[in-house]
Order: sequence, then structure tokens, then C-alpha cells
Amino acid sequence: MLKVHALNTFYGKAQILFGMNLKILAGEIVVLLGRNGVGKTTAFKSIMGIAPPETGEITFKGIPIHHLPPHKTCNLGLGYVPEDRRIFTQLTVMENLEVGKQPPRKGYRPWTAERLFELFPNLAERQNLIGGALSGGEQQMLTIARTLMGNPEMIILDEPSEGLAPVIVEQLARTIKKLKNEGVSILLAEQNLNFARLICDRAYIIHQGRVFHESPIDTLSGEAYAKYCSV
Amino acid sequence: MGFYVAQFLTGWADASGLFMVAVGLTLIFGVMRIVNFAHGSFYMVGAYTAYYLIAWLPSDGVSFWIGVLLAALIVGIIGVIVEMLLLRRLYHAPELFLLMGTFGIILIIQDLSRWLFGAEDLLGPRCPGLDGSVWIMGSLMPQYDLALIVAALLILGAIWMVLNRTRWGVLVRAATEDREMLSALGVNQGRLFTGVFFLGSFLTGLGGALQLPKGGADLLMDLNVIASAFVVVVVGGMGSIPGAYLAALIISELTAFGILVLPQSTLVMMFLVMAVVLVIRPYGLFGKAELAPHEPAGESGAVLKPASVRLKWLGAALVLGIILAPLFAGDFQLVLLIEIAILALASMSLYFMMGPGGMVSFGHAAFFGGGAYAAALMVYHLQTPMELALLLTPLAVGLLALIIGWFCVRLSGVYLAMLTLAFAQICWSIVFQWEEFTGGDDGILSIWPSDWAESRIVFYYLTMVLCTGGILAMRHLLFTPFGYTMRACRDSALRSASIGIYQKRHQWFAFAVAGAFAGLAGGIYVFSKGSVFPDEMAISRSFDFLLMVLLGGVETLSGPIAGAAAFTWLHDQISRFEFWQLVLGCIFIILVVAFPQGIAGFFSSKTERYFSEPTDE
Repeated sequence: MLKVHALNTFYGKAQILFGMNLKILAGEIVVLLGRNGVGKTTAFKSIMGIAPPETGEITFKGIPIHHLPPHKTCNLGLGYVPEDRRIFTQLTVMENLEVGKQPPRKGYRPWTAERLFELFPNLAERQNLIGGALSGGEQQMLTIARTLMGNPEMIILDEPSEGLAPVIVEQLARTIKKLKNEGVSILLAEQNLNFARLICDRAYIIHQGRVFHESPIDTLSGEAYAKYCSV
Repeated sequence: MGFYVAQFLTGWADASGLFMVAVGLTLIFGVMRIVNFAHGSFYMVGAYTAYYLIAWLPSDGVSFWIGVLLAALIVGIIGVIVEMLLLRRLYHAPELFLLMGTFGIILIIQDLSRWLFGAEDLLGPRCPGLDGSVWIMGSLMPQYDLALIVAALLILGAIWMVLNRTRWGVLVRAATEDREMLSALGVNQGRLFTGVFFLGSFLTGLGGALQLPKGGADLLMDLNVIASAFVVVVVGGMGSIPGAYLAALIISELTAFGILVLPQSTLVMMFLVMAVVLVIRPYGLFGKAELAPHEPAGESGAVLKPASVRLKWLGAALVLGIILAPLFAGDFQLVLLIEIAILALASMSLYFMMGPGGMVSFGHAAFFGGGAYAAALMVYHLQTPMELALLLTPLAVGLLALIIGWFCVRLSGVYLAMLTLAFAQICWSIVFQWEEFTGGDDGILSIWPSDWAESRIVFYYLTMVLCTGGILAMRHLLFTPFGYTMRACRDSALRSASIGIYQKRHQWFAFAVAGAFAGLAGGIYVFSKGSVFPDEMAISRSFDFLLMVLLGGVETLSGPIAGAAAFTWLHDQISRFEFWQLVLGCIFIILVVAFPQGIAGFFSSKTERYFSEPTDE
């Protein structure tokens, strides 16, 4: 589905990613584990074209996307849920969903506001509230729902569980599993191993802009995790 | 009673006209973060185009309205062309380059209009069916005024509908909040921007066309209207459309009634309103503070380094050149060199607050012109000798800068810049309207140097000593703790505050220092020219300084000198053409597109290695 090869990304003169390689198969849920500042968010921004890589290749469904602007990448069916949520605070919940809306995609059931409200019942009650009036958990739901309105074949989730109450995190895990059942592939970044174990198939351990370890989540070596991820 | 109602309606009609210009400007700023200085030029083109279209169309009842709409459409299309050919290339450049680009457009449109439409003021056509007057409570009101009020309300309503009831409107509102996210959600920003720019230009074209029956068309409209439009946008809160309407209304009503109390105050009134509003609500009536203050996103400006040995030799060579110049230069070249030195000092002072200080001023002419007037007034009214005048001028202007700066440093970014523009306009209005004291439009004449400095060569050396001294003093200041703190405040307000720096006060002093040196430059200038006119304080003067700094490059210390020299030389070369503004405008646009670092920046990146100290790795 998504292939990342030898990615080098810079912010100004500072290099953040050093030859990063990733591969996500169709229907998989893959997690990037790693401490703060190791380049998880940057990797996502590079994939989306928000922070284009200096060198390296990214293909999505076999199409090279590393030189595409974000909106073209998104139009190909790759959705992005950023870390800091970034909902439009002055727009209502319905308007936020409207912004994310894209034409339906072949082979996937198109998302509508009604279907999303089934998935996120909390949002249904708040349809006409402005985004800024929602709680943190509701905002996280809204960003995911907004991205799903684009009918993506794959979504990138940047630390979705961050700052959320445990109950909400469990709810989120169930939602992500439901998405998998819809055939959506998922790449996410996490620092919360327990959350990742609940939902993921495979894990990459990231350190200093490189992939240090890769394995199915069930057989993830505790040693590697302790070395590179525990705080 | 009837008189006051009529006065109120007149004010409301003026407000409606003002709103039509301001609404496009605020829309474009809100979505694209572009301060489009060429907005007034589009307004002017709208007026001229409508004039000729209405004259050309067969005259019946509807030709007026068809002409107005067609003109607005044409201006909209011109806007799209400008956005696609020029602005689009500059979205990733610093804001100032966009500004310089739009200023280039002002110059080009100015000369093209003179060529196409002629230099004469045109009297606008009457609007058929609405050319009479009606009695309202015993006072006569022109019907067209009432029509304008209705038209503006219709436009306000239509924009509200588009923004709140259409998908395009939702996307536009989303873009005002977070453009990057919008793009990651699959929305093509480029197309959205072009659409917004079309709408904004269309609306200002419409405004220009609709005011024809009231004001006609002339070549000064562009700069006249842009200042008022900016005030409205800033008072209303940049990006807020209802804010623009309310601000236009407040300003126009205050002017309409203020004229009854103080007929002399019309020009000052608008800017006073702005100053008062911004003190109470720094981001305007309905404005919001920038969501994310501009903290450095990984990239910060080039690091300023003290002069290396080689650079000092270059400086010494320059000084030697200055000393020896009178041996080779003729009288005319000396005059030119004097002007360059004065302008270099003034633009260095602008650079001082803009580059390391991080405060962009759109109104630096207030201090330059302020210095010129301070010196001239001292000589004219008090027969102060030149030496004393030159000593007191920077002090007086420094005080002026302290007063203006107190208001300005409370804001940052574009808001600060707009406020400096407003204060410069206040100063200009005072000088222009207070004829008994300042001579008004006729200026102050016969301000000559003392006897000993009367000879061209002596005055040349005097200028050089003062200007070089001023420039070196500012340069030195940048490498003292005061200068380091200045740059710290610019680079990160948060971090500098957390180590105990009182940022606002520091910026305030930097503001005053810059003002004082600009004042000194103005003081010398008035003695070199022998006279001073309000033009020295006008907006276009402020732009000259900005252009010099940009021409030289914002990121290099030697930039202002190179910029002032290049500007003066260019001006001298091309002012021989009839359409020199056209040439100048094209040069600016080429410069910003091709050399985003400015002239000196371009050369210093080529020669950086040679002039930098060898470092031990």
C-alpha cells in the first residue's frame, strides 16, 4: 500500500530523518514507536508532502508521491490525522466534516456524516457546536471523522491517544478496529505500548530518525522497546 | 434634527463606499495573509474602466449598471492575472517581498493608467434614475447616497451568505484558520486563493465603479483610498468582514460629525480613531490575536557577525573613497553622494528596527520627515543655528518615536506595521493641515546651512561624518548586549521573557533609537535641500525606505547602504523616462522574484566565505 524508501528530511539545515524505510501492506495496522523528537511526526509530514523530503522515495499504491503537494496526496486516498488535532475551531462540527469531504472511492463504502455519527455518537449530539467548544476527546474524534469524510484507503494517525482519558482511549481502540474491518489501512505513531498492542499488527521502533527494529507486535522484543522507547 | 439625520446618512453613505474597498482587502488578508497594497490600484482601475465602459455603451437606463458590473468583473480578472503570474511565486518568500511585489504593481498600474486613461481628473457620469434628491426630515439627500447604503448592505449580506451557506465559503473560513491542514484534507489551496483574490479584486473594482457618480476618477485615488481602507481593516480586525463594516461606519460618522466641530481635523480624525481603538483592543474590534505567534520554525534569519578583518579593510577603503571623492566628483555627483549618504542613514535606521528589531515600519517617513520639519521649524520660527538644530533634531524625533513607539510595540507583525503607517499619516495630516505653523502644502523654504558649511565640499564632508557616524553607531549598538537582547526578543518572545527580559520596553527603546537616527537623517536632508514639503512624510516616502532596505536585503548589515545607493542611482537613471514608474515597478517585481535576498544579500552569499573569519573546526 505505502512504501517509504531511504527518506532524508531536513528542517532548514537540521536533518531529522536519516534514510528511513517503511512498508505498510493493504489492510494492515502498523505502529511507529519511539520517544519524543525521534522523527515520527516528521516522517508523516514527509509522506503527506507538508515537509517534503530532500531525497528518497515514497510510493502509495505504486504511485510516487514524494513530490506531490498535500492535497494531491490526499486526493489519491491517503488521509492524515495530525498530532495536535487541528480542528477548525470557528467552524461547526458539521462544517468541519464538510471541509474534509471528497468524492467516494471505488471498492470502499462512502462515508457520510450519518455513518460517522454512528461511529462517534458523541459528535452527533454536538453537530452544530463550533469545534472550539468540544472537549479534547471529542476533538480527537472529530479530526478522525473529518479525515474519514475524504474516503481514504489508508489513514495516518499521529499519536491519537495522547492526552485522552483511559475510557476514551479504549473507545478509540474499538473505533480503529472497526475501521480496519472497513478495509482501511492504518499507520500510526504511538508512545503508549498498551494501546498499540490492542490494535496493531506490526511495529517499527524509531530512534534518531532511523528504523532500529521491526517486528509483528505480538513478538516485539521487550529489550528493543526498553532501549529505545521507555522513558 | 433633520440636519443631523442628513449628516448621519451622508456619513453612512461614505461608510458604505469605504466598506466596499475594505471588504476585499480584509477577505484577502484573512485567507491568504497577504497585505495587498495594490488593492487601491484595483479600485482606481475599477473607476476608470467603468467610466469608459459607461461612456461607450449605448446610453439607456441599464447601461450604467452593466458598465459598473463589467468593470468589476474586469478588475477581478486583472486580480486573477496578478495572483497567478506574480503573487503565487512569492507565497513562500518572507511577507515583505510580497509587499514589495504588490508595491511594484501599484507603480505599474499608476503609469499604465496615466497612459491609457489620461492624466486629467474625470467627472463621473450620473446614475440614471438616481440622480435626484429626496427630502428627509427637512434636509435634501442625494438619492444616490441612499442607493450606496443599500448596495453596501446587499454586498454584506451576499458575502455572509456565500461564506456561511456554501461549501466554498466553508473552505474559505477553514483557510483563515489553518491552511496547511486544509491542504492535507485534499483542498487545492492554489485554486482557493485565486478564487478569493478574484472576489476581493471584484469587490474593490465594484467599489471604485460605484463611487463614480460621487467622486469621479483621478490618478491619486489609489494611494488615497488605500490608506483609508487599511485603517478600516485594522480597526475592524484584520480578516473580519462585519468588523470592516462597523469600522467603516464608526470612522465615517465621526468624520461626518467631527467636521462640524473641528473643520481642520478631517484627515487626522480617521487615524485618531484607529489609534484609540488599537490601544483598547490591540487586534481591532472583531479581530483575534494570531493563533500561533511567529516563533521561528526551524529557520531563523542569517546570523549577524561582527566585521571580520577583511570586511574592515573593505570599510576602510569605502571611507577612503568617501574622503577622496571630491577630488574626482563634480558638483552634481557630490549632490548625489550627499543624498545617498542621508538615505543610507535613514534606511539603516529602518533596517535597525526591522531586521534585528523584528518590527516592520510602514511609516518611517514620520521620523525622517519629522526630523526635516523639526530642523526647519527651529530655523524658521526660532532662527536656531544649524549646529544646534542638528543636535536637537534627533532628540526631538527620538521623543516623537518614544510616543509613537509606546503604542506600536504593544502589537506585533502586520498590526504593528499598520499602526506605524497610521501614525505617519497623523503626522502627515498635521503638517499638511496646520498651515499657519508648518506652511501646509507650500512647505518651508530657505533653510540653508551655516556660513562655514555653505560650500558644497564642506557640507559634503559634514554629511559624511554625521551619516557614517550614525551608521557605525547603530552597527556598534547591534553588537552590544542591547543589540543581542533585541535579536533575542525578535527570535523568541517567549524564551527571552522567561529569562527576565521585558520585551516590550526593550523594543520600545529600539524603536526610539531608530526614530532618532531617522530624524538626524531628515535634519541633514533639509539643510542639503534648503526646503521641506509634506511629501517627505507621505506614504510614498515610507515606501522608498522600505524599498531601499529590501533592495539591499533584510538579512545583511551592509544592505541598507547598498540599497540606498542603488535606489538613488536607479531613480536618477530612470526618472528621465516619461513612464519611469512603470520601469521601476517592473524592476521591483523582477528583483523580488529573482533575488529574494536583495542585492547585498545576493553578493554576500557569493562572497561570504571570503569575508568571514576563518573558524577552527
